[in-house]
Amino acid sequence: MRFFRFSHEPIDCAALRREMQDPACGGYAAFEGWVRNQNEGREVQRLEYEAFEPLAIKEGERILATAAERYGVQRLACVHRIGSLALGDVAVWVGASSPHRNEAFLACREVIDEVKHRLPIWKKEHYVDGDSGWVNCERCGEPAHHEHSHVEHR
Amino acid sequence: MSPSASDKNRDGASAPLYGLVLAGGRSTRMGQDKAALKYHGASQVDWAMKLVAPYVERAFLSVRSDQAHDPVRSQHEQIVDTREDLGPIAGILAAQARFPDAAWLVLACDLPFLDAATLEYLLRTRRPERLATAFRSSHDGLPEPLCAIYEPASRKPLIDHVESGKQCPRKFLIQSDVELLDEPNPRALDNVNTPQEHGDALGALGAQPAPRNGVQPAQQSGNLEITVQYFALLREQARRRDEPVSTRAQTPAELYEELRARHSFTLPASALRVAVNSEFAEWSRPLSKGDVVVFIPPVAGG
Repeated sequence: MRFFRFSHEPIDCAALRREMQDPACGGYAAFEGWVRNQNEGREVQRLEYEAFEPLAIKEGERILATAAERYGVQRLACVHRIGSLALGDVAVWVGASSPHRNEAFLACREVIDEVKHRLPIWKKEHYVDGDSGWVNCERCGEPAHHEHSHVEHR
Repeated sequence: MSPSASDKNRDGASAPLYGLVLAGGRSTRMGQDKAALKYHGASQVDWAMKLVAPYVERAFLSVRSDQAHDPVRSQHEQIVDTREDLGPIAGILAAQARFPDAAWLVLACDLPFLDAATLEYLLRTRRPERLATAFRSSHDGLPEPLCAIYEPASRKPLIDHVESGKQCPRKFLIQSDVELLDEPNPRALDNVNTPQEHGDALGALGAQPAPRNGVQPAQQSGNLEITVQYFALLREQARRRDEPVSTRAQTPAELYEELRARHSFTLPASALRVAVNSEFAEWSRPLSKGDVVVFIPPVAGG
């Protein structure tokens, strides 16, 4: 069982955990990404996420399929939040369940890393000082700052 | 995750999926029957029935009782409205009454830009545990009720909606537990209501001269008609979510330079990726008429 979804409402991690339960599995690993109160030295008040959903869902499903095959996990899923988020909100959830713990940890780790780098999802930070900006985008117009992880990817 | 037997009957995932093409409209603004209009070398009704067929177990045409025998409609298996003057919601109710255990892929018959990719996306991202799965309009962000999947569990609330004096299916979706999706192609659900829109649609589909023996008609103006969608920083700088573009650019690289000048984008192309028709693409890929292009600013998920 695998799924990649976007959620426009708060992510219900407890409900997702139940979907990962499987009698053939002895291990379950989950990752939750949370909204934190600072980034690159600036105090963050809230976040907005936006995605190009049709492509992100396709690419997200590819990430899950690759990791599931590589590690042989039974269940693997990811849900990413869209919209306006407050400090402490869950921005992304990844869950993996497999017969043994190691594969669950590894699959979970691979999925979150790939999701961050490959999917067309954007984050706008709103700062305590009233300013705001799209993460990784605002200084791109300046010379010699083109080191974006997504550009290196395939 | 172990539904009881009674839950199981209501579970959209185990329900058969049937198709319903709505052709019961009165075409008042068009001045002639929309169902009979031709776009792809076939009447709109024949074309819509053919488009939906591969994805459903059975497909039906939704008609009013006085339309059942007209030549355009009579060649298809029909479900006749049982309530008059309710609009499209009458068609959905009649279909659910006849096959209450089915989930219904409902399509209006006046969507000449609808494509298989949009239907496939709807099916792939469908959430059968919700009452319906529908697209969010690229124009106003509200649900599009007439290219959507209605699960069996939506029948009772739909009846209640009508009983309470409401007949707008869009309002029903706004107020219900439904899954809303962004359209992979923002033009796919543009509908056609007037002779002017019909003419525009024919033009956009390149439908006037029938293609002759595979010979490409010479490009009259040299301009390509495509759609560009914007996200994040580019959306803010362009001050729009999408726009139709008529361009001489042959590749996404040339197109971006043209649009960068028009909208004063701060990001250089070297910081972006590009997608064409919802897949990552090369910057040098030739563009074709009708392509949907998205420039992807540096991403920051997670």
